[in-house]
Amino acid sequence: MTERLAQETVVEFDRVTLRFETKAVLREISFTLQRGETKIVLGAAGSGKSVLLKLTMGLWQPDSGRITVLGEEISHRGEDELFVVRRKIGMVFQEGALFDSLTIGENVGYVFERLPAVSPEEAERRAREALRFVELEQTFDLYPSQLSGGMRRRVAIARAVVGQPELMLYDSPTAGLDPITAARIMTLIVKQRDVGRVSSLLVTHRVQDAIQMARSYYDARQENLLPAGQDGARRDTHTRFLVLREGELVFHGSLEELAAQRDPYLQEFLA
Amino acid sequence: MGLFDDFAKQRVFAVQEFTLLSSRALGNVFRSPHYATDIVRQMDFIGFGSLPIVVLTGFFTGAVLALQSANTLSTFGETSLTGQLVMLSLVRELGPVLTSLMVAGRNSSGMASELGSMVVSEQIDAMRALGTDPSKKLVTPRLVATVLMLPMLTIISDFMGLLGGFATSFFIIRLNPGQYWYSAYQSLEFEDVFQGLLKPFVFAFIVALVGCYYGLTTTGGTQGVGRSTTQAVVAASVLILVSDFFLTKIILWLLA
Repeated sequence: MTERLAQETVVEFDRVTLRFETKAVLREISFTLQRGETKIVLGAAGSGKSVLLKLTMGLWQPDSGRITVLGEEISHRGEDELFVVRRKIGMVFQEGALFDSLTIGENVGYVFERLPAVSPEEAERRAREALRFVELEQTFDLYPSQLSGGMRRRVAIARAVVGQPELMLYDSPTAGLDPITAARIMTLIVKQRDVGRVSSLLVTHRVQDAIQMARSYYDARQENLLPAGQDGARRDTHTRFLVLREGELVFHGSLEELAAQRDPYLQEFLA
Repeated sequence: MGLFDDFAKQRVFAVQEFTLLSSRALGNVFRSPHYATDIVRQMDFIGFGSLPIVVLTGFFTGAVLALQSANTLSTFGETSLTGQLVMLSLVRELGPVLTSLMVAGRNSSGMASELGSMVVSEQIDAMRALGTDPSKKLVTPRLVATVLMLPMLTIISDFMGLLGGFATSFFIIRLNPGQYWYSAYQSLEFEDVFQGLLKPFVFAFIVALVGCYYGLTTTGGTQGVGRSTTQAVVAASVLILVSDFFLTKIILWLLA
């Protein structure tokens, strides 16, 4: 039973604390993310949301506590050891973080540079496939500077999913985008959740995105998002919420539980 | 006192970080993966790209050196030694130091701003997330390329300086061309060439590592990139001049 549970837990934070100089950015954070589950991380600017993702990726190390990702304890590992875990994770950075000097195709296929088992032909095929997933295959030979902000964000999603990750980390993927592009990106994220059955941590400021994620599912036939309760049988979108306030976890639960909270800080988010 | 403590701590921490980055960058030379394409690209950018400024600096340094020294030497009726003076000044000191300063101005700043921009746009984090060690992919190729290119640029600069000195000697001072080249060639010894090439080799480490260090430790958005760029040029230039003194002292002691 223990082994089964350990296999199902994709991410586990156990009393994790991180300080920048004297200021605690995250304090005693504990939560788990199960396989196939999505956790939406809400919080005001500077509450530690992006830090949480970077700790999950092993980009930063906690001052205390333990972080376990895909069964591996990553809290104090070297870069080479972390690569084994990181190759199973896809991360979408806030501004896309595409490499300016590489073409879109090279950006998306970059992860295969460290995987000699994947031939250049296979790497290109998979990069094109990932770009097709975000409907940007035609940009393969272009450079990031030739794309709009929304397109760069979609390429970043393609780069994150190309290695068929078991865990996706999204850092404010719709921040600063117009509503149409934001909706398109949210569709891709829900599609990745429902079609790929990938666990994910999604950081966002936009509550409408979070609600859409919790109440919609991707319909492969219509290639669009539909309300989870539309056909009578309510679907479980496996989406739960984490709310951070000044580095502390102040809420962990479902959308309905969040809506029922009386805390003014939490209510402000849903207002 | 608290402020002083914080300042001292920051400086010690910076030295520690710089030492760690330097040792990693050097160690990477012997560890795979090796990014040969990046090394060649950087060699082109640092070596070929710096050629115009190095050629111009070298030529006019030699020219003005000949002009100044001939003026002094004429007091003693020894203008025939102009070639010798230009040659020794250039090969021992001015060639390596001025070339390194010019390359630092162009490339330390370039490295700091490029890597700094990558830091603030999270490209460095993305690189690590995709399994690439930024010190291997970004720092080591720049270090190797600078170490290979700076001595070559110095040789070109020395030669251009000699040409500049010759141009002044021939067209302005009206010296016999044979006399200029003969005195220049005869004065040159192995020790001069040795220190003339050892210095740019050492300065190359300063140019590349200081530029990369300031780039990779950039904080504070685009304003931070500007600050890192300025700091990289200032730190590299000062370090080149300071280390030149100690290097010269050590070389003279060794050769004695």
